[in-house]
Amino acid sequence: MRTLDDAQARAVRAEESMGTAMVQGEEGVRAEAGALTDRREFVKELLAATGGLAAWMALRPEDAAAVPRAARAADLLDRPEPYPEGNLLERMRADLLRALQKPVHERKWVMVIDLRKCIGCKACTVSCIAENNLPPGVVYRPVVEEEIGEFPHVRRRFIPRPCMQCDNPPCVPVCPVGATWKRADGIVEIDYEACIGCRYCITACPYNARTFDFGEFYGEGTPEVMDYERRPAFEYGKKWQRAPGRDGSPVGNARKCHFCLHRIENGMLPACVTTCLGTATYFGDYNDPESLVHQLVGSTRLMRLKEELGTEPNVYYLV
Amino acid sequence: MTTAMVRGRARHAVAAVWAVLFLWGLVGVVQRLTAGHAYTAYGSYVPWGLWVSAYIYFIGLSAGAFLLSSLVYVFRLKDLQRVGRVALFVAALTLGMALVSIWFDLGHMARFYEVFTRPNFKSLMAWMVWLYTAYVCLILAELWFETRCDLDTFARRGGPLAPVYRALALGWRCPESPEALAACHAQSRRWLRVLGSIGVPLAVTFHGGVGALFATVAARPYWHSALYPIFFLTGALLSGGGLLLAVVAGLDIVSEEERARIVRRLTRFVVGLLLFDLVLEWSEFSIPLWYGVGEELDVLKTVLFGPYWWVFWIVHLLMGAGVPLWLLLRRPGDRRAVAWAGGLVALTYMAVRLNLVIPAQLEPALRGLERAFVDARLVFHYVPSLHEWSVVAFIVSTGAAVFYLGMRFLPLVPVRAEEGGA
Repeated sequence: MRTLDDAQARAVRAEESMGTAMVQGEEGVRAEAGALTDRREFVKELLAATGGLAAWMALRPEDAAAVPRAARAADLLDRPEPYPEGNLLERMRADLLRALQKPVHERKWVMVIDLRKCIGCKACTVSCIAENNLPPGVVYRPVVEEEIGEFPHVRRRFIPRPCMQCDNPPCVPVCPVGATWKRADGIVEIDYEACIGCRYCITACPYNARTFDFGEFYGEGTPEVMDYERRPAFEYGKKWQRAPGRDGSPVGNARKCHFCLHRIENGMLPACVTTCLGTATYFGDYNDPESLVHQLVGSTRLMRLKEELGTEPNVYYLV
Repeated sequence: MTTAMVRGRARHAVAAVWAVLFLWGLVGVVQRLTAGHAYTAYGSYVPWGLWVSAYIYFIGLSAGAFLLSSLVYVFRLKDLQRVGRVALFVAALTLGMALVSIWFDLGHMARFYEVFTRPNFKSLMAWMVWLYTAYVCLILAELWFETRCDLDTFARRGGPLAPVYRALALGWRCPESPEALAACHAQSRRWLRVLGSIGVPLAVTFHGGVGALFATVAARPYWHSALYPIFFLTGALLSGGGLLLAVVAGLDIVSEEERARIVRRLTRFVVGLLLFDLVLEWSEFSIPLWYGVGEELDVLKTVLFGPYWWVFWIVHLLMGAGVPLWLLLRRPGDRRAVAWAGGLVALTYMAVRLNLVIPAQLEPALRGLERAFVDARLVFHYVPSLHEWSVVAFIVSTGAAVFYLGMRFLPLVPVRAEEGGA
């Protein structure tokens, strides 16, 4: 676990350094920001951030993992420079770090997806696959595409579909061995070491949000299964090493989106949120009235999928 | 060519077919054990396929055969007395086949014990496993009480199988004197009645429960029907009854006179259940289809008029209902016709099971999901792979072998008439 913590601590810091650059980059294109940033200024700051990152890479502090998680979150929150006004990604990160200071049961993670801003680039789908090292047959966040209207009045609508992390999840009570449950912070977790692979939960999910790991690799049938496919995943904060032909978990298990629990517990936003080109996906703690997601859930544009089933999804859509 | 020669040839042909099935099945099982689920055709969107269908099919046969055996042991139906043991044996065997089917279907076969060590009793699947376990114990106990004296007799006769009989009798030795023997038989009958009485609600509960396992899934409108548990029970009795009818009419296990009596009785059961099953099916299909609106509509249309329409119309309705009904009603005295009718009812019920498990999964939860991510495992389409069929072939051929050995070497037809259960 020490190696994992080190890696995560490094990632937090890298994201922090790069955040400044991203903030500036985003500012340039954001209409809400109101003013365009001076390009020269931006390049200067980008170089400074890159330099800072390089310097930090050279002098990596090995004791980062020794810092308690809550303390680390507090440090990050008390950075001298507040997030720039209008930078939603930075605001969500600040929301996240604030939430991490509370006990788990006082947090309620929710996701809000703005369908008017989603351009259907599927960066979220891909980043999720990369983050969790997903094999063939497993996808946590596909983007459903719909074509509306007829020529010449045709529109396309994109609906990213992560796990809804339902408050009344139909997938949980069906598990014969209790290998999946609702966490105190709202995330529906799977215990890969207990799941027997009966796939009852997959049939019970009304969103098709659970998939099965068949133990396959994209590189099978080609001259070589590449190393990046063999890299471990760190879901639920543990190291999961898949291997060809091996019956080791998560091979043979049901798998699903977990809002990148391993990232959020370490102060990082879910991969799909960080990589969304148009910042169409928002994430945060609904129990915090100051959080961005709390503000967005109050929108009149709000919609949830299949609400009539009473599953109480924690993924909201702005239509 | 003499009758004996024809019979000899037929026997060789059956043996050859069995050997091919078994060897093919063996290849499938080795593949399954070494490569996991790699050769299966089901995916993440259609996660339950042939093996789950085979499981509910075999479990239905088991529950049906068991409930028919209870007519002998609980309700003391004299007509069926001579086939009580066969019914119990078939129930035990098909239960074993069902459990092996579902075991091969698990993602982690080695973790099956967790259902006992960490059960979640909110899950109907956990209930099923616990009830099956009770049911296995009950069937084995019934079989032991039924056959212990005959097994003892066989063991006393000596021969190479004597230790096997002794072991199966769990060392039981029947008393010698006629009075003590009569008391022993009376004790067996009492126990059988008690066990059978527990078994009836147990079999009804667990098989109705298998229906409920599907019916409680609100995410699948096609399954989410209150009629399902009843439908499952009827199907169980029907397919189990059909199988017994085929066994009794097709094999020489009882005398000519006894066979005619048993066949008459079983025919009545099977015809009645077949008609009732059709009524339930009409209900199940006509109500959602009537006004042409509703969530189930697309799935039902797929079953009736989709690419596999023939599974419903030809295999199920024609071969599984029409032909057997015609044979049973028009040629009730013809032993061969009755055996075929029973066999067809039992065999084609697999079509009902397949049409029950698979179509419900063919509809995307969200329209457009089928095009959202291109992957062979993320499709709303399913046809069982040859590998899946081969594993079923292994289960069927092994089951057939155990049935043959059981009928040949075990006292499944009472040695002495007075030893009959009822």
